Amino acid sequence: MTDGGRGPGALRVVAPAAVALVVLAAWQALTAGLDVPSYLVPSPAVVARTLVDDRALLFRSLGVTLGIALAALAIAVIVGTLTALLFVQSRWIEMSLFPYAVLLQVTPIVAIAPLIIIWVKDAWVALVLCAVVVAVFPIISNTTLGLRSVDPGLLDLFRMARASRWQTLARLRVPSALPYFFGGLRIASGLALIGAVVAEFVAGTGGNGAGLAYQILLAGFQLNIPRLFAALVLIAATGVVLFALTVWLSKAALARWHESELPVRD
Amino acid sequence: MDARHRGQGEGPALNARRGAAGDAPVVALAGVDKQFANGTQALAPISVDVRRGELLTLLGPSGCGKSTLLNIAAGLIAPTHGAVRWWGGPLAATGGAGRRLAFVFQSPTLMPWARVDTNVRLPLDLARVPRAQSDVAVADALALVGLTSFARHLPRELSGGMQMRVSIARALVTAPDLLLMDEPFGALDDFTRQRLDAELLALWAARALTIVFVTHSIVEAVYLSTRVAVMGARPGRVLADIAIDEPFPRGDDWRVSTAAAAHARRLSELVAHASTTGADASRAPA
Repeated sequence: MTDGGRGPGALRVVAPAAVALVVLAAWQALTAGLDVPSYLVPSPAVVARTLVDDRALLFRSLGVTLGIALAALAIAVIVGTLTALLFVQSRWIEMSLFPYAVLLQVTPIVAIAPLIIIWVKDAWVALVLCAVVVAVFPIISNTTLGLRSVDPGLLDLFRMARASRWQTLARLRVPSALPYFFGGLRIASGLALIGAVVAEFVAGTGGNGAGLAYQILLAGFQLNIPRLFAALVLIAATGVVLFALTVWLSKAALARWHESELPVRD
Repeated sequence: MDARHRGQGEGPALNARRGAAGDAPVVALAGVDKQFANGTQALAPISVDVRRGELLTLLGPSGCGKSTLLNIAAGLIAPTHGAVRWWGGPLAATGGAGRRLAFVFQSPTLMPWARVDTNVRLPLDLARVPRAQSDVAVADALALVGLTSFARHLPRELSGGMQMRVSIARALVTAPDLLLMDEPFGALDDFTRQRLDAELLALWAARALTIVFVTHSIVEAVYLSTRVAVMGARPGRVLADIAIDEPFPRGDDWRVSTAAAAHARRLSELVAHASTTGADASRAPA
């Protein structure tokens, strides 16, 4: 989280791209040189070709998984923020409820997912719910921390001005919490995707509603390893894009004033 | 305004008698002490009256409870015993929800996400003053501290001294009668501090303010004050209440005058004596 997308612009793109090129070249050379069969480790070229050949299937599945992850992230943001706002209303509320938020976080989703899938009739809703369970905690904990991390002097100032609870919330606590919230959002974006994939694994939903996880499962059963790799590449790329999106959002919201987004002087 | 000529030894009782109904002390602390929850006696019982137009400095070493005393005078913390009255009554009765008093903190305490004018406007916004009216007040306050052209800047784009000026403008925007300042210039370099001290005196005169100013700088206390309350530590208490009976305006050359030096020497003797002896320092040389 320390390098929230800063540093010299060109280098930030060129350096990782160079690493990717070297790794891909080595991978290609090794699989070709050692004559590794593609049902064990496919070469990057084969994976790329599979991505193109199976694009209809893979990208439809990507749409499903991404839809679940984004819906879950949106719900996690709303539920998490509202929970955090509730927590800061009184220490009593927070003390009573926070342990259950932690409980939700520490219980492995694979253990809860079957229950949710049994209880919730609609498969899509069940999958979204699973992903929400995974993604909501960082939003709750970070936003709660942020809403409490208010300059005590400013809080005194608001108190002396007899500011209402609402004024203090809207004009002081919420802006103070934004950097923390965006920190939570970055973590939650990745977790929403992981939650969606894990839930799909557990549910094993096929057919039109099949997500990328199902394609991975199926490809594994069919020993279609190139397709498995292709699906994996898509999931990873989606995760990176989601993360980049939250980084960009955070920058757009905080760049003017918060230390974490100010340009580095060196 | 007699308080300016009041030396030490004159009790608050006498002061209270002098204060007729129409001229109640701006702040009257009567036997206030403070014991923190952990049992620490932060302040021994203290009685101080702040009269209209005074610039009273609370001077003392770190940990002598001068900030605690100021916070009590601001109504921010309640004393364990004793009573505080503002303009002869409780703070709630002062009208305008405490807008007659303003507080300036040790650090600028600005909202980093808000521009200078928004920061200055804050007390008016919280009091739901209409925008047209607050625009005028904000412009006036910024002009007073010489920051008119920085209204649209963010706090981080300003120097420490300028941020402190914004903080002062925010305090003045409600046109308060009483300004409470907690070591406001302590973190600034000497040049900036001297300039802001001089500006503060100009504002004090122009706005007919009553100011209570906390500092640990003897030189600053002498330069600013009409009256200095010298405080000692463990527990915090007022050792001496000394009038700096020198005319205003005090220019830059007055800082290094023999008169200023004499006051400074007297104050430093009091502070030094307090730190070497114990609770009996109240009978320090005068």
